[in-house]
Amino acid sequence: MSISKEDVKYIAALARIDVPEDKLEGFTKSLGGIVQYVEQLQKLDVSNVKPTSHAVPVGNVLRSDVVKPSLISKEALVFKVPLIIE
Amino acid sequence: MSQFETVIGLEVHLQLSTKSKIFCSCANQYGCAPNTNVCPVCLGLPGTLPVLNHQALLYGIKVGLALNAEINSFIKFDRKNYYYPDLPKGYQISQFDFPVAKNGYLKIKSGKEEKRIGITRAHLEEDAGKLVHDTSNSCSLADFNRTGTPLIEIVTEPDLRSPQEAYDYLNTLKLTLQYLGVSDCDMEKGSLRCDANVSIRPIGQTSLGTKTELKNMNSFRAVKTALEYEVRRHEQVITAGGKIVQETLLWDDEKAQTQTMRSKEQAHDYRYFPDPDLVPFTIDYKVIDGVRAELPELPQAKFLRFLSQYGLSEYDANILVADHGMADFFEAAVKEYPQGKKIANWLAGPVLMELNNRKAAINELKLTPKDLVTLIAKVEDGVVSNLVGKEVLTFMLDEGKGADDIIKEKGLAQVSDDSALLVIIDEVIAQNPAVVEQIKSGKSNTVGFLVGQAMKRSGGRANPKKLNELITRRITGA
Repeated sequence: MSISKEDVKYIAALARIDVPEDKLEGFTKSLGGIVQYVEQLQKLDVSNVKPTSHAVPVGNVLRSDVVKPSLISKEALVFKVPLIIE
Repeated sequence: MSQFETVIGLEVHLQLSTKSKIFCSCANQYGCAPNTNVCPVCLGLPGTLPVLNHQALLYGIKVGLALNAEINSFIKFDRKNYYYPDLPKGYQISQFDFPVAKNGYLKIKSGKEEKRIGITRAHLEEDAGKLVHDTSNSCSLADFNRTGTPLIEIVTEPDLRSPQEAYDYLNTLKLTLQYLGVSDCDMEKGSLRCDANVSIRPIGQTSLGTKTELKNMNSFRAVKTALEYEVRRHEQVITAGGKIVQETLLWDDEKAQTQTMRSKEQAHDYRYFPDPDLVPFTIDYKVIDGVRAELPELPQAKFLRFLSQYGLSEYDANILVADHGMADFFEAAVKEYPQGKKIANWLAGPVLMELNNRKAAINELKLTPKDLVTLIAKVEDGVVSNLVGKEVLTFMLDEGKGADDIIKEKGLAQVSDDSALLVIIDEVIAQNPAVVEQIKSGKSNTVGFLVGQAMKRSGGRANPKKLNELITRRITGA
């Protein structure tokens, strides 16, 4: 699987990253390299491996429903963000 | 008759009323000063680890069971990725392919018809923060207190066939959820929110038409109105030879119309993947059985039991069951005074009226089940008339006193004493000679008129039976 310039633009848009036109070529190459590297895994025979969502065999970690102190508001402050309505 | 069939599916988000948030120990509390219930976990600061709240999981199972759903023996959490300023991590922790519950149904009554609405799934997730828009300073202010509030999202199959059915489903669902005690279900606070998917298709067609998604409805009434509007719009577009565009629309309650969202996101691409921070869970059948054993009697079962056990009318039973507190009050009252029908009449009548006047819930009134049955017994024993009994109730609620005290203090007891009543009766007889003549000539049904007159003079305090007796005897000598 190779990465196209369109893929890079699309991913950049999803990540809200502005990629200048002259950087597009470079990013396409780098991302393509990463995908190719990971693609090596496709060669493995995993027909006898059970699907898993997590690498570490740990499960059922829960906490009891108890309230603990939060950050005080002086530390948290108010978060100002660009005006976004909808 | 329209040539189209309406197809609706609903998504309900319900905030679960746990003490702490779903993945951290911040208080899960509405109405606090901005950003006071926040910590590194819910703010999504690097290096923090979310840990699932046990109670939130149990509530999720409880909701699933109440919706007759299968509880997945294996569940996991996934990241739903999108950028928005109310979502500090850049992803929402949700459940993608292994939700807590799937394949359930809820029985609803729409008109006379009973119908099963399929529940596709119910999954746990975290709520996002809240933006307050400060347009004068061209910015939005983000309050992350709500971030990490446990939510369960309940998704129906496209089984609803009209806005009215959608409305009936929502009411039945809300009542069921209230009985479970997992949420306050308060739409005004945003504890319960609903999005709707709607499409239409020619009657007889099996494939679905193009749907639109409606958001921003703040009440069940608004859901119904928005759906009615949207169905009409679909019909107009299609009848005119046009095509419906699949999109998300915002309902504008004031203008009573839907609007296209301005920022058209690319088709939802949330790139779900398993959240590596949260380990998966296997749900033991013993845990499920434990939650099942704690399920309360649900509204429909209670309704049927009220009909058979107490012989209530469907009308009264409906009113009692529609309010969990009212149903409990009723049963507590019946234990004190085994007259189910009479108690139900009082609750569905005068008590309900008082509740509406006071905009209060039954458990907010200064009234215990014992207080109410004491009053009912006074009416039944003829100490006060039905009418005066209602007045006594109002006083009881205003002053927080028992029926006995109110009747005594206000002198409201019925007058059954002959000599006192005869004074009034003689006045009435003197003023209505024509009526008296009629009675003498055998028209005994006109006695009622004189009873009414005498009752008026007594300020509603005379015992009507006694009046009738005395008047008849006075006039006919019988």
